[in-house]
Amino acid sequence: MTRDVGITVALMVALLGVAVWAEAADEPFTITLATKIAILALAGVGLNIALGIGGLISLGHAAFFGIGGYAMGILASHAQTFTPILSAPFVISGTNSMPVIWLVAAVASALAALAIGALSLRTTGAYFIMITLAFGQMFYYFAISWPAYGGEDGLSIYVRNGFPGLNTLVPLHFFGIAFGALALALIFAGRLAASPFGLALDAARQSEARVRAVGLDPYRLRLLAFTMSGAITGFAGALFADLNRFVSPTMFSWQTSGEIMIFVILGGVGRLGGPLAGAGLFILLEHWLGGVSDHWLIYVGAILLGTVLFAPGGVIGTLTGRRHG
Amino acid sequence: MGKALLTVKGVSVRFGALQAVDAVSLDLYAGEIHALIGPNGAGKSTLIKLIAGDLVPDAGTVFFLSEDLTHSPTPVRARAGLARTFQISELAMEARVFDNAVLGALGAQGGAFNPVVRASTRKELTARARAALDRVGLSRSAGRRTADLSHGERRQLEVAVALTLAPRAFLMDEPMAGLGADGTSRMTALLSDLRSEAPILLVEHDMDVVFRLADRISVLDYGRLIASGTPGDIRADPAVRAAYLGDGG
Repeated sequence: MTRDVGITVALMVALLGVAVWAEAADEPFTITLATKIAILALAGVGLNIALGIGGLISLGHAAFFGIGGYAMGILASHAQTFTPILSAPFVISGTNSMPVIWLVAAVASALAALAIGALSLRTTGAYFIMITLAFGQMFYYFAISWPAYGGEDGLSIYVRNGFPGLNTLVPLHFFGIAFGALALALIFAGRLAASPFGLALDAARQSEARVRAVGLDPYRLRLLAFTMSGAITGFAGALFADLNRFVSPTMFSWQTSGEIMIFVILGGVGRLGGPLAGAGLFILLEHWLGGVSDHWLIYVGAILLGTVLFAPGGVIGTLTGRRHG
Repeated sequence: MGKALLTVKGVSVRFGALQAVDAVSLDLYAGEIHALIGPNGAGKSTLIKLIAGDLVPDAGTVFFLSEDLTHSPTPVRARAGLARTFQISELAMEARVFDNAVLGALGAQGGAFNPVVRASTRKELTARARAALDRVGLSRSAGRRTADLSHGERRQLEVAVALTLAPRAFLMDEPMAGLGADGTSRMTALLSDLRSEAPILLVEHDMDVVFRLADRISVLDYGRLIASGTPGDIRADPAVRAAYLGDGG
């Protein structure tokens, strides 16, 4: 077990411990906070595949987060009003089953990532950042001008969607779902990094010429990574919408893309536990500093600046040292 | 000599006003080291890039194993068996030495798209990587970070990665560049040994090495091929002496 994996396991145990303690101490708000950390970390795990291993600086991951959110919002709103989404030529009705919503969210986000990636991965550097940003903003303005699903005001879902065998309205149960999703995503991301695919993707980040010279196509590697990355972030979006029982165009905004990126950078780009450490730190700062000042993001900005300048490996990098060996 | 594995016919490429390579033709036969020499800026590296697929020629053709690869992208040429080492090392510097070798083995297998199987458990990959590192004398450095290797070791690793592709021919762009006397003699021995497995098209500035190793030599000057033949022929060629070797050549 590498130190990165060890720290990730420790962080997961800590997160679980906080939730269990909060249950015992009857602090449901703390459980919700832990759930939020797990879900945002999951979004970061998605981005970290593209950004950390692939070196793809995507400022458009809010598009996938939002697609996941709206997948939940659309399916659940039709289920709560008993109106079909589509009645001809065949009937598609809404649902309040979480597994179905997740599947739709992940597939829709993956398809969007495939399409966005296919176009944007033909560019590099600043152009790639700008094109992904532009796609994210396209979804944002589309959502604002979509009155059927709340437009600018967003869409409220009155009852949290269901999961077989659990009462999702019990904070600890919903935390369990988010925690389980994060654990699975971390296992997947860890396996991916050690797989031939991860090796090739990581090498393409470091030397595209070398990867091409051994007969592999960096574009295809990156497109697959971007698609998987989008699917995971979309899955997180569906959970986030269920946490708040609310979706709005804000999920698509470039600030959301920026926040997901901040989780990854604070925690450690390309480190397995990076998104978890980053999301945890961010939410705790929001919680503590938000009580002190409305301008708490100034402090986050200062910490981010400090991280980039003095600890480019983020929290995990500071604890483990170099990324490989 | 049999049939050439690699046949370059009349290739030209122009960068703005500069005719970098001008109607160059050459062959590479099994079992030989064919050296490409010429002054700086003569077009040697450009010609390697045209053959490897980094550049597409304005005119001419590149045939490898009877297949027209003139317009094929680099990965297709690599999968066809054309392995290449770079003038300036192109390696995954943050990765372990072993991982760079595994990367080559992956390319040879034509697939890197399984995201959940650990690379280290794929025996066919690791065995091939280990054999290649062994061959160039780097097996004891397998676990080291590539960026920590000396310059000479990086040159060896470049050759090892090329070897993992189980190539049908090598394109080597100055594999001795920057090596000390020891490194150069080790690399010379290695290349001499490799030619029986796959022929080498070798760009090299060190004339001692070239005349010791090469079975044939082609000389480029201002993008044109001014001479081609055995080391003896080249040494005696008046045009080559004037352009490059100097009277003492």
